[in-house]
Amino acid sequence: MNGPHDLGGAHGFGPVIAEENEPVFHAEWEKRAFALVMAMGYTGAWHIDTSRHARERTPPAEYLASSYYEIWFAGLKRLLVEHGLVSEAEIAAGKSSSPPARLTAVPAEGLMEKLMADGSYERPATAPARFKTGDAVRARVMNPAGHTRLPRYVRGRTGTIAAIRGCHVFPDAHCGSDEEDPRWLYSVAFGSDELWGPQGRAGDDIRLDLWEPYLEPA
Amino acid sequence: MSDHDHSHLSDMDVRVRALETLLSEKGYVDPAALDVFIDTYETKVGPRNGARVVARVWADADYRKWLLEDAGAAIASFGFTGRQSEHMVAVENTPDIHNMVVCTLCSCYPWAVLGLPPVWYKAPPYRARAVADPRGVLADFGVSLPQTTAIRVWDSTAEVRYLVVPMRPAGTDGWSEERLASLVTRNSMIGTGLALSPEAAA
Repeated sequence: MNGPHDLGGAHGFGPVIAEENEPVFHAEWEKRAFALVMAMGYTGAWHIDTSRHARERTPPAEYLASSYYEIWFAGLKRLLVEHGLVSEAEIAAGKSSSPPARLTAVPAEGLMEKLMADGSYERPATAPARFKTGDAVRARVMNPAGHTRLPRYVRGRTGTIAAIRGCHVFPDAHCGSDEEDPRWLYSVAFGSDELWGPQGRAGDDIRLDLWEPYLEPA
Repeated sequence: MSDHDHSHLSDMDVRVRALETLLSEKGYVDPAALDVFIDTYETKVGPRNGARVVARVWADADYRKWLLEDAGAAIASFGFTGRQSEHMVAVENTPDIHNMVVCTLCSCYPWAVLGLPPVWYKAPPYRARAVADPRGVLADFGVSLPQTTAIRVWDSTAEVRYLVVPMRPAGTDGWSEERLASLVTRNSMIGTGLALSPEAAA
């Protein structure tokens, strides 16, 4: 979706301001909100692509006026209600007034090991890769209303396949679904001047990991 | 996203606590597990992990080769694995090329080696400008590169996560890995900074 999250190349946000000796969390509620998002993810009620999309759907004005964990919290509430796990009224009351859905909480026991476990989004290939390293490709012009990981700033632009990453779970199909629809994933290099014209800089490049359905031969 | 506005905090504290109560009551979350998530990323996993990896790259040519060829395995040899680091790629800075990592769409970041990202990494100014004006971003961090150095920006749009290996500072010949690691800052592993010189670290 062409949402407020797709920020590459936007103007007007001012300088990057880094905090000296920044703590990991800035308030107790940030810790709890982070942990709630993680813990609900481990129930298997949804997965990372659905979760990202829930945050992207925060209305633009609200998204840009919110801190990062406020966006996480908004996304979590949205998912809980959409999946029928709690009602708006229950969230407002902070109290359960209906039987719970069948869902198993992740226990503290063994959780560290789960967090550190090797995971992978790579899957066996179902077809040969269409592109090889060095091929010229164009990022397709497309404007899906649903989840996509093809940012606006590269759509229609020409780049070069810099590496093949393997066949990975495809977020556009996976979001809101159990269908992983694995597709070939490529590191694609775009010249800074190709993306930004006179404001770009020859010799600099920008590399994105893009799935095969985002690309066409150039 | 605004700076942290303290007038929001008490309000958010109440709302988040209410949701935690509700989800515990439903049996969807175990409060003891919430503490494990927090403790893991607040105290156990952080940029000191990445600094140890970089220090070994500087000290051990075979390890450097391994990391650049198969970052996942080379990093896992330290026991640094797991969430948000499933597909690691290491990119090395040289006099000719400087690497910088961003996630323009959200906040993708290699948790196992750097911990959770700082606020600026997740906020619009960096996400908007890193891809279009990396030199301007570096200037915000007080860093300027020679005109002859090209910049390569990695936008983490998939589940591949990037670790920047900064250039080894001069004057560190014969240093132990532990001492080298003290020069490796978090920002130098994102590409918004350089490793510290021995003088700066002293």
